[in-house]
Amino acid sequence: MPSAITPRTLKRPDTDWPGYRLVVREPLQLDCGVDFGPFTIAYQTYGTLNAERSNAILICHALTGDQYVADPHPITAHPGWWSTMAGPGLVLDTDRYFLICANVLGGCMGTTGPKDIDPATGKPWALSFPLITVRDMVRAQKRLIDHLGIETLFCVIGGSMGGMQVLEWAASYPDNVFAAVPVASAARHSAQNIAFHEVGRQAIMADPDWCDGQYLDAGRRPARGLAVARMAAHITYLSEAALHRKFGRNLQDRNTVTWGFDADFQVESYLRHQGSTFVDRFDANSYLYITRAMDYFDLAAEHGGSLPAAFAGARSRFCVISFTSDWLFPTPESRELVHALNAVAANVSFVEIATDKGHDAFLLHEPELFETLRGFLNGCAEHHGLART
Amino acid sequence: MSRDAVLSMRIPVLEASSSARDRLRRDLRVIADMIEPSARVLDIGCGDGALLGYLASEKGVDARGVELSQSGVNACVTQGLSVIQGDADSDLDAYPTGAFDVVVLSQTLQATRQPRRVLETLMRIGKRAIVSFPNFGFWRVRAALALRGRMPVTPLLDHAWYDSPNIHLCTIRDFVGVCDELGVRIEKSVTLDRHGRPFALDPRGSLANLLAEQGVFVLTRGAP
Repeated sequence: MPSAITPRTLKRPDTDWPGYRLVVREPLQLDCGVDFGPFTIAYQTYGTLNAERSNAILICHALTGDQYVADPHPITAHPGWWSTMAGPGLVLDTDRYFLICANVLGGCMGTTGPKDIDPATGKPWALSFPLITVRDMVRAQKRLIDHLGIETLFCVIGGSMGGMQVLEWAASYPDNVFAAVPVASAARHSAQNIAFHEVGRQAIMADPDWCDGQYLDAGRRPARGLAVARMAAHITYLSEAALHRKFGRNLQDRNTVTWGFDADFQVESYLRHQGSTFVDRFDANSYLYITRAMDYFDLAAEHGGSLPAAFAGARSRFCVISFTSDWLFPTPESRELVHALNAVAANVSFVEIATDKGHDAFLLHEPELFETLRGFLNGCAEHHGLART
Repeated sequence: MSRDAVLSMRIPVLEASSSARDRLRRDLRVIADMIEPSARVLDIGCGDGALLGYLASEKGVDARGVELSQSGVNACVTQGLSVIQGDADSDLDAYPTGAFDVVVLSQTLQATRQPRRVLETLMRIGKRAIVSFPNFGFWRVRAALALRGRMPVTPLLDHAWYDSPNIHLCTIRDFVGVCDELGVRIEKSVTLDRHGRPFALDPRGSLANLLAEQGVFVLTRGAP
């Protein structure tokens, strides 16, 4: 059991990605009724777990995120997705806290997902992989946290689908979460969001290279379908104002339209780039499974239709954050969550941050977000008995 | 009524006060002194958290707040206070009945859309409510209107008529009236002069309604 963990590299037959892997032998009972396991959790850590094991922060990643929060992505070599937030002296201060981030169940960055080999058949799981839920992802993370010998997480934090996991943690394990920070998230996936996800899934499944999900066996990849799914989704992560500010109606490397269907406009070129780079790092079937998990997420439904009931036993200190221009997880969703927490007299802070950057704001340098989080975490650290460094 | 006459009626605060208390605005000091240690307190319109921060650190209260401005909420959350961005009209209904020992509404009632309904909600979610508001019956306010024929602008009502957030101003007599209508008991009242100094006058009397620049009322449920 490590009391101080420093990053090291584990070799795998197919990758030499940095980080750790935990093989969970005891099967996990999934919401769909399947007992699943053994399975692997790939995770990354930053900072040092203190002797009391009281300074751990679990970071939950979003739909297409991964465990590489603050170090370069092993495929794209881009900086970690929250490298502005997590690091020495930053808001998620690795000099003070021990950060953990695990690839979600069903993912494609090392944790068992549909692209991995089903030991029963010796072939990739593909569509025989069981349907998973956000609660299943959290159950898997709980196994990891138990393995690390951490009883109480100082904080569970995440944006978008990461925020859904945060809420699931607070509802399922109220005694094990001291502070919960759902950012740009909601207690359920809205009809509009399910609709957008369905567009993405249909784009993937309409690609002949998808091969009814068996593309790995067929030696093909549904790159075009996955790219279109990403392009459609990416629009929902931005805002009209941000798109206008960034691109307007500017043309891409040309002075006039070409009277054709090439990427005349900068915004088209940008989206195509987003789509084509995404397929290099993401598995199409994982995209189907994880979007489905988000669609199925409805915390109230898990608790007899009552959102306050989900938090009836919650003892965590909550900090709910939304962004004014986020139309994917708009502020009213966060407010509904806050009202449910109020209804059980939970300890909750709520900030709506003014920005034109849309849903993506939680990934960007947003000073108000950083300031709010820093203050909230400092206050919690004081109450949790974590000395200032 | 001369200024001296007003001043002569004040009753000085005699108790010794700590420096943290001294730093509070005078009307907030009056409110802070009305709150028992370790109480569960909700401060609606808590601004930058001056009162909440004081109550949390000096009186060990379980301090929660509601504040409309993002800068105010951020200032509070940065201090480690639990504050939600919201307003008295829309964001109180979810709280369970009797959730707080004390609900504070300081200088905010006059800016709500439905003050009467807000008062009812305060009485539901708090065992006690402390409400302070600017008295529109204050002689300077009356004088501005009666003698100068202009909408009054005072340190407490420091907005021009066209950009004032204060859309439901009332006098102390009006406030006492609505409390009576709602069956709310006035447990205690303190009237403050224009320097924020408390003086004791019957809130139902004409003099209080004329001399107080603001009133602080402690309310409980039930008939008087």
